Amino acid sequence: MSSRDRVLGRVRRALAGLPAEPEPYEEAVPRAYLRQHGERSPEGTVDLLAENLADYRARVHRCTPGELPAVLAELLAARGARTVLVPPGLDPGWLAASDAERIPDRAESTPAELDRIDSVVTGCAVAVAETGTLVLDGSADQGRRRITLVPDHHVCVVRVPDQVVASVPLALGRLDPARPLTWISGPSATSDIELDRVEGVHGPRTLEVVLVGERA
Amino acid sequence: MSGTFVGMPAFPEAARAAVADERLRGNLKHATHTIRAKRAAAVAEVSDWAELREAGRRIKDHTLRHLDHYLLRLEESVTAAGGTVHWAADAAEANRIVTGLVKATGESEVVKVKSMATQEIGLNEALEAEGIRAYETDLAELIVQLGHDRPSHILVPAIHRNRGEIRDVFRSEMKEWGRPAPEGLTDSPAELAEAARLHLREKFLRAKVGISGANFMVAETGTLVVVESEGNGRMCLTLPETLISVVGIEKTIPTWRDLEVFLQTLPRSSTAERMNPYTSLWTGTTDGDGPRAFHLVLLDNGRTDTLADDVGRQALRCIRCSACLNVCPVYERAGGHAYGSVYPGPIGAILSPQLRGTASEIDASLPYASSLCGACYEVCPVAIDIPEVLVHLRERVAQGGPATRAGNKVVLRPAKGHAAERAAMRATRWAFGRPGVLRTGQRLAARTRWLHPRTLPGPGRAWSATRDLPPVPAEPFRDWWERTNGGRDDGAAPQDREETK
Ligand code: SF4
Repeated sequence: MSSRDRVLGRVRRALAGLPAEPEPYEEAVPRAYLRQHGERSPEGTVDLLAENLADYRARVHRCTPGELPAVLAELLAARGARTVLVPPGLDPGWLAASDAERIPDRAESTPAELDRIDSVVTGCAVAVAETGTLVLDGSADQGRRRITLVPDHHVCVVRVPDQVVASVPLALGRLDPARPLTWISGPSATSDIELDRVEGVHGPRTLEVVLVGERA
Repeated sequence: MSGTFVGMPAFPEAARAAVADERLRGNLKHATHTIRAKRAAAVAEVSDWAELREAGRRIKDHTLRHLDHYLLRLEESVTAAGGTVHWAADAAEANRIVTGLVKATGESEVVKVKSMATQEIGLNEALEAEGIRAYETDLAELIVQLGHDRPSHILVPAIHRNRGEIRDVFRSEMKEWGRPAPEGLTDSPAELAEAARLHLREKFLRAKVGISGANFMVAETGTLVVVESEGNGRMCLTLPETLISVVGIEKTIPTWRDLEVFLQTLPRSSTAERMNPYTSLWTGTTDGDGPRAFHLVLLDNGRTDTLADDVGRQALRCIRCSACLNVCPVYERAGGHAYGSVYPGPIGAILSPQLRGTASEIDASLPYASSLCGACYEVCPVAIDIPEVLVHLRERVAQGGPATRAGNKVVLRPAKGHAAERAAMRATRWAFGRPGVLRTGQRLAARTRWLHPRTLPGPGRAWSATRDLPPVPAEPFRDWWERTNGGRDDGAAPQDREETK
């Protein structure tokens, strides 16, 4: 007998004594919890996102679309970034004002090569206000999962208010499970040593978020 | 489960040693109290906690009730997404599968994300026996591995170590495994974390095989989910060419939408955060992004035996948040090692004896490693009635009875030579001899649900074997215990005694 049959057989025997289908899935699981916590205007939701991102020690900046290139140039310069990783679909205008050398996200580049790059700039798929979370789904403006992991400085651009949702349930509804997803809430952190929080064990130690919208 | 803990003394002896260790107790107390307070605040932030908890409980119960269906569905979706599914009936088989997969890649080292399932089966030891080195990459697991130690907490496995000890371990051991600790390393957490970063980075960058567990597997879509903080998980899940995930069959949930419940309850219950820093979700393989080969090993190893038990089955709802450890007065004093398994604390006390059976002294004593105060049930985000299962397992240890082992129905005898019962009695005496352990238990009288055991533990058994306990006791359990000398005198409660047989 294959182990597959053995395990499935054990499962079926374990369940054999129970009454047949008690209720269909839809009725078995009450969804009495909230779709989101509290009512807010779109601007209020963006403010909450900014607040929660900052609470988890991301650095939050806000600007209009016109100001974005200057803001990004300034952030990279302040960091002293000489090289910046660029996902294939990133709007070229975003980095137009920066002197940092652009390194394309290429399938062939080795992790060791990525490790030598100073910063990475990406867009995002959706941001969750209640939890202060950015979700990347590997779209062309976000690139492969590893490019937001290996460099020590990640700048993520969020278009507000259209990329922002209030809650986790609303975010899941917007995402495609077939894509590889990375949810990011603040920079990499550990509390393994006497529960003292330390930023950046393996992922980027600095996470900067630029909220771009008409309201400056 | 693994041989890691073979030879462990039963809980009372192990706990006695731990209780005598002042530094351990200090570290533990600080940690559990800190997390406990933070968790309460994180939970208070969401107004619908009770509804989320109920939904989580129902999703898990429903999945377990139809586990065959959902496992098949999962297998289908993972395969359709480019993954390969393997089934492992027990630890030895899982280890064989993983070892074979690693060998097929031609590699002799792997990087690992922290995973309870791979600890449970003793995967690192099995790989080592075949000449494959497994590097733990979670900071706490690294501390444990370098220190030739055992994990003592689900969430913070090195909770029993303080910063000075960690520095000493790093200084003396890192060089044996790769990049040595930096010169003049101090005990500041930031410096220690930096040393770990440098040490592990060289491993991440060259690793060709990654091994992980998963927090959830979505049957509908074939998606696996890993929740973490440090980014070591992301490293292991995305940099290697081959990814092998070993996951208990109970981690299955039916639909994508179900994640909306657990991604709200797990972080808050676990690290007391609104959301943990990183969550990775992947479905099979993706061209050009992440591993080219993905293997999922579905692990039974006692889970179907647990599923067969009407009362004990609920332990399979556990999402390993560790909240129950941090509120447990017994865990706080005894520490995780005393439980003799990778699952410490209240959940360990009910899970280990079910996964492994109660034949050994340590497993027979575990259901007694509790004051039945009920705090674990209150914090559990999937509402596992741990006290109920504890009482049920005590009954099994003391009286024997029907159970399922390795898929077969068996009738357990009251442990041979009464060794288990003696172990159990010692555990009971240990807990009840400590007022602090029992203090929380004072609430027993007011909240009576745990006082519905069908039988009493240890010595009270003789009395309760033939009658049910009164539904609402007329006096606190502890008073009863003291008044009756732990049940050695006639243990009848003063009134309301119901004769049922
Ligand atoms: S039993 Fe409940 S509280 Fe304990 S670890 Fe599991 S889910 Fe968390």
